[in-house]
Amino acid sequence: MPETPQLVERTRDDIAPGYTFGSVTDQISAVVLTKRTPIFWMLCFGAGFGLLLLLLLSTALLFVKGVGIWGIRAPVMWGFAITNFVWWIGIGHAGTLISAILLLLNQRWRNSINRFAEAMTLFAVACAGMFPVLHLGRPWLMYWLFPYPNSMGIQPQFRSPLVWDVFAVSTYATVSMLFWYVGLMPDLGTLRDRTRNRIGRIVYGIMSLGWRGSARHWSVYETATLLLAGLATPLVLSVHTVVSFDFTIAIVPGWHSTFFPPYFVAGAIYSGFAMVLALAIPLRKVYGLEGLITAKHLENSAKVMLATGLIVAYSYIMENFAAWYGGEVYEQAAFWHRLTGPYRYSYWVLIACNIVAPQFLWFKRFRTSPALLFVSSIVVLVGMWLERFMIIVSSLAQDFVPSSWGYFHATRWDVATFAGTIGLFLFLFFLFIRLLPMISIFEVRTLLPQAKVKEERG
Amino acid sequence: MTHEVYGLMAEFDNPTALVKAARAAREKGYRKLDAFSPFPIEGLTDALRLHKNKLPLLVLAGGIVGGIAGYLLQYYVTVVSFPINIGGRPLHSWPSYIVITFEMTILFAALSAVLGLLGLCGLPMPYHPVFNAPRFALASRNRFFLCIEADDPLFDRALTGDFLRGLEPHEVSEVAH
Repeated sequence: MPETPQLVERTRDDIAPGYTFGSVTDQISAVVLTKRTPIFWMLCFGAGFGLLLLLLLSTALLFVKGVGIWGIRAPVMWGFAITNFVWWIGIGHAGTLISAILLLLNQRWRNSINRFAEAMTLFAVACAGMFPVLHLGRPWLMYWLFPYPNSMGIQPQFRSPLVWDVFAVSTYATVSMLFWYVGLMPDLGTLRDRTRNRIGRIVYGIMSLGWRGSARHWSVYETATLLLAGLATPLVLSVHTVVSFDFTIAIVPGWHSTFFPPYFVAGAIYSGFAMVLALAIPLRKVYGLEGLITAKHLENSAKVMLATGLIVAYSYIMENFAAWYGGEVYEQAAFWHRLTGPYRYSYWVLIACNIVAPQFLWFKRFRTSPALLFVSSIVVLVGMWLERFMIIVSSLAQDFVPSSWGYFHATRWDVATFAGTIGLFLFLFFLFIRLLPMISIFEVRTLLPQAKVKEERG
Repeated sequence: MTHEVYGLMAEFDNPTALVKAARAAREKGYRKLDAFSPFPIEGLTDALRLHKNKLPLLVLAGGIVGGIAGYLLQYYVTVVSFPINIGGRPLHSWPSYIVITFEMTILFAALSAVLGLLGLCGLPMPYHPVFNAPRFALASRNRFFLCIEADDPLFDRALTGDFLRGLEPHEVSEVAH
């Protein structure tokens, strides 16, 4: 029998050496099954809960008094609400990118960060979805957005991008939820088998739907995951495209532009990866998960951030170039106002946050330092919020007729509602960390070298 | 026909041993087999000769139904039920239907993927005999199990037990109903 050449195991940098199926399972499930809760968790959850109460307060006030408690006055009727909507929904995009697109591209390092990134998507979409509804004026009539047989004899206007948005966002929320739950099923089975708590066993048992790891099930399961990833990929690209249609279909100067869809999608992924880093860096430190969420994960996320950041930078430049080259006076004026007008501070700060600051990511020493990456991800999140704010507010404040120009003043309730959704996000996210495995256990098992079946030849 | 036991379960340490055992059992002539593992294993589907599943077809059907339903919904609302004449523009304005048609395609396809997954796997299933195997809780941690069910025509408690022990498992146990 001829000597078969031994395949040299490539050293993996997406998981630390020395892990076994058992230790991976134990380490990830211990975060959930332990009775001890870290102080860090208490603090973050407490902060989230406090801000959630603020959201409750500001929403209650909004229901009682109306949207006038916000600073939205003619001509700026979109203000903070729509800015926050676009910002939050963009953040969600990185989760789907990691879970679906990187799965199709066979990027296996994603296996240890996809679960919490998907959770981040769900909670970000929940925060996002709240704003257009609260902004309706009569939020309790939000079901009028959907077509249904009614005695009023009216129907939604299907030629309006705002109605497209309703369908895009609700489909996105539903599909993200389904994808996330399907991914959780095997891990819920693991928790059911490992918990010593009676209530835990019943709850995880019901949630796992009786998953038993049968080979027949795994074979259907893998097909289902692949198909869902294939469906989620065009979906995620379509969602921010449709969000950008809310602007481009209007003829407002500064909005009516054909490259908004790719520009918005790149910006969404940019801010989403920033949020992934902002969450992953403290979590891996506190829970000692550096062996599973390694330096490679941080570095790769930083690279995606740099790449999408450059696309965003290109968009800023092209936007100004197209306005100048197009020769349309209102368009030119809109961009001149952004650069030098009443909102110039937010414009130049966003340029500093989104274009200048990320250039440090070219350096490996910067990308491999968690503390610096954390700071830069916060900077990007701030920058992307300012970008959304600038696009929405500056265009509305100064459109065609100077006599109708205005200036947007945010009220304390604008700030409170926004801070409140950050609270909702933290609240849901830390509840998730405590109750469900934040890293996909079964997918990390497949990363281990011993998961490969050694075939005998000859 | 009822049997005294559900089947016999052999426990293995690693995926390679499980795939080898599954292949050996197939070759021996056993057909009512199932394997249990904490993660999907490449090659196990082949070793057990599992048929290709019908999920892609279901998803395709779901997508087509969703797309057609989405389009017809918009056609019905804008042309039949609630027509709005704006400067004589056509009521059947198909370019503006594209987005929602697309979203409904994805929504229905994704729903049929998940419902199809549950349907084809027979989940949710509150009770299953394999959980009676003594160390089966480890199937979701680090152990790999092969079960030969009593329904199999070749099944014999003693002979099948000997066969499984010959595959060098960690342990062989009987699974009660």
